[in-house]
Amino acid sequence: MKALTFKRGVHPPDSKEYTNKKQIKILMPEEGSDIVVPMSQHIGAPCEPIVSKGDRVLLGQKIAESGAFVSSPIHSSVSGVVKEIKQVLTPGGAMSKAIIITNDGKFEEDPSLGKDTDYESFSREKIIEKVKNAGIVGLGGAGFPTHIKLNPGPEKKIDAIIVNAAECEPYLTTDHRVLLEKTDRVIKGLEIVLKLHPNARGYIAVENNKMDAIELLTQASKKISNISVVTLQKKYPQGSEKQMIYAVTKREVPSGKLPADVGCIVDNVDTILAIERAVVKDRPLMRRIVTLSGGAVKNPGNYQVRLGMSFRELIEMTGGFKEEPAKVIAGGPMMGVAVYSLDVPLIKTSSAILCLTKEEAELPEESNCIRCGKCVGVCPMGLMPIELNGDVLANDFEAFEKNHGLDCIECGSCSYVCPAKRHLAQSIRVTKRAVMAMKKKK
Amino acid sequence: MDNSKFIVSSTPHIRSKDSTSSIMRDVIIALTPAALMGIWAFGLSALLVIAISIASCVFFEAGFQKVTKQKITVCDLSAVVTGLLLAMNLPASSPFWMPIVGGFFAIVVAKQLFGGIGQNFINPALAARAFLLASYPTDMTAFTQPAGLNSFMEIFGVNTPVVDATSYATPLAVVKSSGAFAPQSGDILNALFGNVGGCIGETCAIALILGGLYLLFRKVISWRIPFTYIATVFILTWAFGRVPYYEIFIGGLMLGAFFMATDYSSSPVTPIGQIIMGIGCGILTSIIRVYGGYPEGVSYSILIMNLAVPLIDRYTKPKIFGGGKAK
Repeated sequence: MKALTFKRGVHPPDSKEYTNKKQIKILMPEEGSDIVVPMSQHIGAPCEPIVSKGDRVLLGQKIAESGAFVSSPIHSSVSGVVKEIKQVLTPGGAMSKAIIITNDGKFEEDPSLGKDTDYESFSREKIIEKVKNAGIVGLGGAGFPTHIKLNPGPEKKIDAIIVNAAECEPYLTTDHRVLLEKTDRVIKGLEIVLKLHPNARGYIAVENNKMDAIELLTQASKKISNISVVTLQKKYPQGSEKQMIYAVTKREVPSGKLPADVGCIVDNVDTILAIERAVVKDRPLMRRIVTLSGGAVKNPGNYQVRLGMSFRELIEMTGGFKEEPAKVIAGGPMMGVAVYSLDVPLIKTSSAILCLTKEEAELPEESNCIRCGKCVGVCPMGLMPIELNGDVLANDFEAFEKNHGLDCIECGSCSYVCPAKRHLAQSIRVTKRAVMAMKKKK
Repeated sequence: MDNSKFIVSSTPHIRSKDSTSSIMRDVIIALTPAALMGIWAFGLSALLVIAISIASCVFFEAGFQKVTKQKITVCDLSAVVTGLLLAMNLPASSPFWMPIVGGFFAIVVAKQLFGGIGQNFINPALAARAFLLASYPTDMTAFTQPAGLNSFMEIFGVNTPVVDATSYATPLAVVKSSGAFAPQSGDILNALFGNVGGCIGETCAIALILGGLYLLFRKVISWRIPFTYIATVFILTWAFGRVPYYEIFIGGLMLGAFFMATDYSSSPVTPIGQIIMGIGCGILTSIIRVYGGYPEGVSYSILIMNLAVPLIDRYTKPKIFGGGKAK
């Protein structure tokens, strides 16, 4: 079958060979270590703690929630005592209120977990309630509360559920490993979502640099009539929601609209796995799978970690650094956030930690645009970054909006190809924020 | 471990290996075969013109930037490319001062006065050529015989009589003056290998096509401008009663299509715009060649189309994914 894809895009080096053969290894936080749980780990209203200093909490116990519609509760990933509640630095660079729990190393479970597992008999409402109570958000990095995504309202005719396993960011290999090691559970998770949308077809969309996973999935889903495995071309940003929907269904999500408006729901592989665990095993989101890679770490690999462990703890448990890293990135190299401290917690949206050496982290100097047009040739949204960058430099917000600057998905393809090394994506992102803030004020 | 040592910067954290200087280096590599053929054909005087032209372009760029207290950017090699292209558009018999005057016009007037690299709205080398052609028409059309290739062409059974003349006719001048010219196989071979009169770098079509293919392979240029340009000239000259398979190999078409019309600063950035650019250049070139006063029209066609580039870019913006927000 011909590999599907979207228009334009770039081909950064894969860099997945460091970790794509490494089995997922489970790391448990050590006794006495602090687990840091920020109240804002998702898009939407931050949670409020429902425990206080000195309380003993159990594994899987809900410790924070919010009454707001767009929000998602948070659970303890260890058992232990609440040490304090204070402001901490998050991987995104912002400060957030957080609950600090001292891990007692016993992993004593909340007794209510794992009881309600007769999932075949669950109603639609109950499944969505389960996903909501399990604190599941988009684990691909966006962090949008999954229960809202799964329930777009009766007026939206959903006919495609897409499991996003493109994993187009260089270095990242967790989706690949999950597909290989937990194939049946991914399919089970997709079946549960399909139960919510009986008229929809399920697609597991994988880039063709993971042919072993595609074969395995095809075998495993052979007998299921409403699930297909879709082979996508290896190209960045194939995993971007809009580009993914286009590749699989040839539908374009209109500007300012959501996937549900074109009948699609897209969820990351790890999110689907979390749904399966919440519904089948009745367990909330307490862990995630992280790729640790980059030239500076001693043992790159895929690690299943407890949420709230710090970057430092994870790196030290895996053997530490080979050499001093020059740059540490939370997420992939195209869209991840550079952090300035290792003392930040792993949160629901932390898909990877990349520790780059000085050579890998080298930043080229910006020079004059030579009008080569490469940015126009790669923009997956059909924008003209060269023109938007000009609008930014001229401080012309009106022209920026007229040239569709707000449609930018911030994938960074334009900056990646630019031979003059202009900070195109950065300038567009900053201006996008400014324009949106101005609109809000009005 | 001292945390404050980490570099913090905006995304993306990786960049492609291409840079302005690597692109310019590729253009220089691509021009080398044609330049070498020019030197072989026209002798050491051609080499001298090339050397003076490159040196003066680099000198004027550095000098202008020094005088105007800007960062000196000759290391991006763009001035070298301009100098090389200018020399390839000059006859081998040019007096030594001609590439110097041309280099000044190309770098200072056409490029730096408009803001330097990326800001020139017309191709600097072509602007200089047009300036020199208007100012020194005799020197600019004093083409010499490519005597160096005579013995080489004998391998193909093509014997070229040695002419002792100050001005050697270019194929286009021959076509223009003869009315209905029917090229023999020898004429076509001469045009392919550059055993014809003309500027240093425009005569050997094979070397230019090789260089063009290299640029396409390296993705420095796309097929859009050169292909549509050459195809348009092929179709139109045929329609106008010329011999198209001869017409595309003579004059400055190959040099213009692959190396001059594709100049980043003075060509459209949008894919559709690039096709319009190629077709527009092709139409103008064919009209000038067949109906114009000059035998050749490549330089003027490209210069005229250069002026239309901002307009072309404006009306050929790509379609926005998802239609864009209604305004």
